[in-house]
Amino acid sequence: MALLETDPMHQFVVQPVLELPTLFGIDLTITNSALFMILTTLVTSFGLILLTGRGAMVPTRSQSIAEILYGFVADMVRSIMGEEGRAVFPYVFTLFIFILVANLLGMLPGSYTVTSQLVVTLALGLTSIALVVITGFIKNGFGFLKLFAPAGLPPVMYILIVPIEFISFLSRPFSLAIRLFANMMAGHTLLKLFGGFVLSLSSLGAIGIAGAVLPMAVATAVTALELVIAFLQAYVFAVLTCIYLNDALHPSH
Amino acid sequence: MEIEAAKQIGAGIAALALAGAGVGIGTIFASYLSGALRNPSAAAGQFTTLLIGFALTEFTGLLGFVVAMIILFG
Repeated sequence: MALLETDPMHQFVVQPVLELPTLFGIDLTITNSALFMILTTLVTSFGLILLTGRGAMVPTRSQSIAEILYGFVADMVRSIMGEEGRAVFPYVFTLFIFILVANLLGMLPGSYTVTSQLVVTLALGLTSIALVVITGFIKNGFGFLKLFAPAGLPPVMYILIVPIEFISFLSRPFSLAIRLFANMMAGHTLLKLFGGFVLSLSSLGAIGIAGAVLPMAVATAVTALELVIAFLQAYVFAVLTCIYLNDALHPSH
Repeated sequence: MEIEAAKQIGAGIAALALAGAGVGIGTIFASYLSGALRNPSAAAGQFTTLLIGFALTEFTGLLGFVVAMIILFG
């Protein structure tokens, strides 16, 4: 009556899929992480090209999927940044679609979740903040630094407020990255944990199989929740990027 | 005390952060719901704010999760 050994963390191990030689000091080996990132890019690019290829005036069913996605992100950018948001809309749309498709591809059984790696989400977060800093300096010059010193405070308060605002700005890429990474990782660990319960309980015989119904039901419910989370986290990442970009455009609060 | 045992206890304590996140998320959705029922016409416009509040609150709980993971596997 040995319990079946299952390891919920095994799914996050980066393994080489296709060994390639090292060129100019860069290891070209395709890992499962790289493979799913390439897949995400291919699915989004070809998916959107196929969906919008015909470009009919009255959208067909498939074209309206792409139009709903576009309209959804466009509405979000407009409601937060107004008409100025048009300049950064391509970036926000790309970010949203990439994270959404990476999350959803990760929900397929046996696949690998790209966004459950901190290095991937941190790269996305740092790119967003780099864009915020660049936009801020281009639009406002050194007036961008007013972001750290909100107007209308008694002068003594600036000694306290400026360091706080500065640290809060520096923590933004990390909070963006950790939110996405921890959400995906926690969700997928939970899924595999309950899957593991089902496996080890059903290895105990008839009573075990009867007992495995409960974790199976929980695993199903968590899968549904994870689909919502996959969308919600992509949305939250895009919304927060928009808010930070809006801060950079109008730094004086 | 064994180092391994101390690690397990530490990870368990770090998971207590979820209590605060649970209370916070509950408060956010409860307040949104009561506000939305009082003035349904204004509710749709605040949905983005709701999700941002949810994300910021959830983050505090996830930090506890990250600390637990660092203790266990770091």
